[in-house]
Amino acid sequence: MSPEPADRPGSSAPRSPGVRRAWAAWPGEVASRLAPLALALAFVAGLCALLGASPAAVAAALWDGAFGSADQAARVLATLAPLLLCGSGLLFTFRAGLYHLGVEGQLVLGALCATGAARALWPGLPAGLVVALCVAAGALGGVLWGALTGALHTRGRVSEIFAGLGMNFVAQGVVLYLVFGPWKRPGVASMAGTEPLDSALWLSTLGGTELSPAALLLAALALVGTAVVLGRTHFGLRLRAVGLSPEAARVLGVPAAREMLAAFAISGALAGVAGALQVLGTFHRLLPNVSSHLGFLALLVVMLAGRRAALVAPIALFFSALNVGSLKLPMTLGLESSLSGVLQGVLVLLALLSPWKARVGRGGGRPEEA
Amino acid sequence: MDDGGELLSLLATALAASTPLVYAAVGETLTERAGVINLSAEGSMMLSAMVGFAAALTTGSVLAGFAAAAATGALVALVVAIGGIHLRRSQIAIGFVLAMLCADLSSVLGGPFVRVPGPTVPAMSIPVLRDVPILGPLFFRSDPLVYASYLLVACAWVFLYRTRAGLLVRAVGEQPAAAHARGAHVTRVRTAATLVGGALVGIGGAAYSLDFKAGWSHRHTAGYGWIALAIVIFGGFDPVRAALGACLFGVLSSMASLGQSALPSVPAQVFSVAPFALMIVVLALTSSGLLERLGALLPDAARRPLLRAFDATPPAALGKPYPAAADGAEARPRGADQGTK
Amino acid sequence: MRIEIERVAKRFGPVNANDDVSLTIQAGAVHGLLGENGAGKSTLLRILGGLLRPDAGRLRFDGRPVALDSPADALAAGVGVLHQEPLDFPPLTVLESFLVARPRAARAGGGARALLPGRGRAAGVFLPRRAAREELLALAARFGFSVDPDEQVARLTLGERQQLELLRLLSLGARALLLDEPTTGISGAQQEALFSALRRLKQDGKAIVLVSHKLSDVEALCDRVTVLRQGKVAGEAEMPAGAARLVALMFGKALALPERLPTAGDGVALALEDVGFGDHRLDLRLARLAVRRGEVIGLAGLEGSGQRLLLRACAGLLRVRRGRVAIGGADLTGRPYPAFLRAGAGYLPADRRREGLIAGLSIEEHVALRAPRPGVFLRPREIRRAAERAIEALRIHGRPETPVEALSGGNQQRAQLALLPGDLALLLLEQPTRGLDIASARWVWEQLLARCRAGTALLFASSELDELMRYSDRILVFSGGRVSPPVSVADLTLDRLGRMIGGELDEPAPAPAEPAAPARSDP
Repeated sequence: MSPEPADRPGSSAPRSPGVRRAWAAWPGEVASRLAPLALALAFVAGLCALLGASPAAVAAALWDGAFGSADQAARVLATLAPLLLCGSGLLFTFRAGLYHLGVEGQLVLGALCATGAARALWPGLPAGLVVALCVAAGALGGVLWGALTGALHTRGRVSEIFAGLGMNFVAQGVVLYLVFGPWKRPGVASMAGTEPLDSALWLSTLGGTELSPAALLLAALALVGTAVVLGRTHFGLRLRAVGLSPEAARVLGVPAAREMLAAFAISGALAGVAGALQVLGTFHRLLPNVSSHLGFLALLVVMLAGRRAALVAPIALFFSALNVGSLKLPMTLGLESSLSGVLQGVLVLLALLSPWKARVGRGGGRPEEA
Repeated sequence: MDDGGELLSLLATALAASTPLVYAAVGETLTERAGVINLSAEGSMMLSAMVGFAAALTTGSVLAGFAAAAATGALVALVVAIGGIHLRRSQIAIGFVLAMLCADLSSVLGGPFVRVPGPTVPAMSIPVLRDVPILGPLFFRSDPLVYASYLLVACAWVFLYRTRAGLLVRAVGEQPAAAHARGAHVTRVRTAATLVGGALVGIGGAAYSLDFKAGWSHRHTAGYGWIALAIVIFGGFDPVRAALGACLFGVLSSMASLGQSALPSVPAQVFSVAPFALMIVVLALTSSGLLERLGALLPDAARRPLLRAFDATPPAALGKPYPAAADGAEARPRGADQGTK
Repeated sequence: MRIEIERVAKRFGPVNANDDVSLTIQAGAVHGLLGENGAGKSTLLRILGGLLRPDAGRLRFDGRPVALDSPADALAAGVGVLHQEPLDFPPLTVLESFLVARPRAARAGGGARALLPGRGRAAGVFLPRRAAREELLALAARFGFSVDPDEQVARLTLGERQQLELLRLLSLGARALLLDEPTTGISGAQQEALFSALRRLKQDGKAIVLVSHKLSDVEALCDRVTVLRQGKVAGEAEMPAGAARLVALMFGKALALPERLPTAGDGVALALEDVGFGDHRLDLRLARLAVRRGEVIGLAGLEGSGQRLLLRACAGLLRVRRGRVAIGGADLTGRPYPAFLRAGAGYLPADRRREGLIAGLSIEEHVALRAPRPGVFLRPREIRRAAERAIEALRIHGRPETPVEALSGGNQQRAQLALLPGDLALLLLEQPTRGLDIASARWVWEQLLARCRAGTALLFASSELDELMRYSDRILVFSGGRVSPPVSVADLTLDRLGRMIGGELDEPAPAPAEPAAPARSDP
């Protein structure tokens, strides 16, 4: 996943301006990154002890839940795919200095559009084509939602935070309307969602597990593509300039509003694809909880990664493993599965508050934009 | 007569549904007026609802439940204050992470309390007033918590617009540098407003779990915190308008049940997102200057009230740390170079 | 109140903003503080107002040594500062803004008395609206100001906000008033009202310090003047001292100007026709300006008089309110910024670190950002080579990967120059040599003049009269909300330019809104 070609000879070779600093890791930084992790683990261990479970047993249960069987491991990777896609999209908006909380809604709208495409096109067209068109429709839906949010921000001057949050709920409302209205299952309308798609449209999975290799491959490609675009293209550099100082970028001739809008649209496309894959590969139907908060989880991932593409993958994998591993906690130890969320949240919070590292807030983040 | 009664009971339900939001929205309004965004309301409310319910259940005292909830809300706000005001990290990032974290924490800690019957705020109608036609059934046949929310809105208004401290809160949210030059302790005022606002958000959570929908289940208050944040903007950062916004939300959500029979094709849940759609429209109208341009077509007498009613201009320094990141000695305010003598 | 300033010094990095400044301000007198931009007036004012603590020296108020830790301390000691942009609260009403952070027992007229005596503690919690309203109106009536306590501060003019702030300081018992450029951006009538109020306060025994750039203000009001130059006291004078003497004190001896070969050629690079431009407080008009290729136009005036607005309007970053803008013959009125860039306009803002360069990006990243025809992918080797070329050509002390915020001021200016395209029609600069040492400044100008010889027209704003006189072909003077027509440098002396900046625009622009200062003839 390295955006840095390995075959560059010698140290004198010029590195691309954009990614260079992302690769500089020195011991002090490693320590400062691990300190929040240690503290977060200590906090959660204390919490477990408070709830009457041995921290070691919890750790073992988490590991077992995540990697105890091939099935579980496949599930970790299956959850990784939407996280990577949303995370890639968020790297664009963070690079442009935007707190984009609307990623959840983009994912939902992607799922919605994919379902709509499937309903409209199947069985009129061959299954493979329908699946491809569903993914495209998902991307398109996400772009639409992202562009709307972006237009609210750049044209309507609405804070991107509230524009995004608001659009999340509107997307949720549309899905609810469809699930309980026009698209409801014959007879019963319920939170369980629409009628399942024909199994011909399901993404093929690896040996009966939940992992769809196609989805994971797409997600990995998205992340690599994101790293390349952000690190090695003029567009990526312009986004960075906008994120660091919109005024100066404008004086230097960068059309700031247009680049922000583009960042919103790209993040929408990637989140929309994630939504489409959730429908085609995981749930096989549209349901109100289709996002499973994965968009917000991706936000946490990117915040912890300090907006560096290279760190998104390992952190997303860690978070995904935590999520899957914790599903077994209620059965084995009588603890809530949300424990994983607590660990993730405390970890990101401590990283944000960490006195050693002010870098999370760097590279943009203009809270003054209201 | 029948229609009137139905409408009254609908409105009464709407008021009951809005009470938790009134507390939370007024609290958040207070915080944001001081220039601090506490984005954690969603998680903070949920955690406080859980803690409040658990405390009331174990002590048997509803009052203790509310106290615990307020303390929880204030504690969460303290994290925002430390990170966002004193360490000057992004308030948005910290608030968002706390929203996620506290929601999960409420599930982890609240496991033993799921669907356990517990104490609730006792109903108490107010003698004499309850018999006033229309107003009586609407406002005075409920419980002390609801009455306290009326009082809270009035107090918040008086505080913000009629007291020295309230004026200071507004001043600090608008021009912290000017307030500092006049001798105000900006970070102190902001911290206080954040803590009090957080405590009110906490009480809002307990109002949910001890009164409106008594009890606890996973993600019991889901969505309410975000809605409270939307209402603050919709209400133009004014406590009275925020309370009205909360009532509007209550009406919308209780219309869901009514709407189901009237418009069977529209599912009830759709009404719950209406406040957000409204918020976006209001925000887009006001921040883009479109409203002002539309208003210019109206006669002056009609324009000013219209603009005021929909004004949602945020405090000028909302979300901005003070003192701002030091650029040079010239720009640095007094406190920063205290050590250099 | 008598204010004694004893050997005060304040340094900002390498700059001696105040260097061993001593002066005494008497009660019942107006003391003028004159000097050009950067002479140290503002620093001294901020020290007196409690916003800065001096590195050395001390202050005595009425003979007692004082240590001011905050503006509130200064006010408690009786010193009120009226800042150029009043420190008030635009969204609040006049009355509320008057009341913010008001001490519980505000003193009026010097004597201590509670605003609401006998109301107990409640009076300390609630806003004393009625009492404050009465006090505000009474004070306003005393000075002939008209004040509407319920109006929103944002709707007031700068002059009205200034009056309000003056009343507030007086109501808090200020015995010394420090005014920072109070006549900038206010109307003639407001200036009259302000001056008569100040004369009255002088008779009441207040000490008044007037920081100004305008000779006319100083001549109209001051009893005594101290001139600062480069952080030091350059001289003191009893008024009336004569404008010539003050100008000599402010700007030093007129330097012999070196011969500059004219670079102006044929063809019009920039044409402005009857343009109107401005911001929330200024509204300026310029009847006609045609700048030839290779010509250098200086924009003179107190900072904030509109030079920056004109530069930004020519750069396409600020839309003109009326009139036409054409660059190289192409009418660009109302066109977006990229169209101006394509037409060959280049703009270098004064605040290099915040507006001109992007802190966090390296030199080579800036070079890539400015690439004339960027492809999709960054070409690191080409970029590196281009950056190295630029670094060498402009002798920047830095490497391609050096982040711009790590460069010194001079090198940042060099980097900015390096980023400009080679074939500009028009180059717009704000304070091109601010913060540079003499050698760097001279070097920067060599680069700029080389561009002029190649046909680029230059518009630059500067607060250094020397620089303006030395390098300009013609000069526009900005003063008191007006712009003078272009004056040829051949017709100017340092002395006359200084007086024009001070408000004596000899040939008034056609239809000035309201002359801020009546034209005065030399005594």
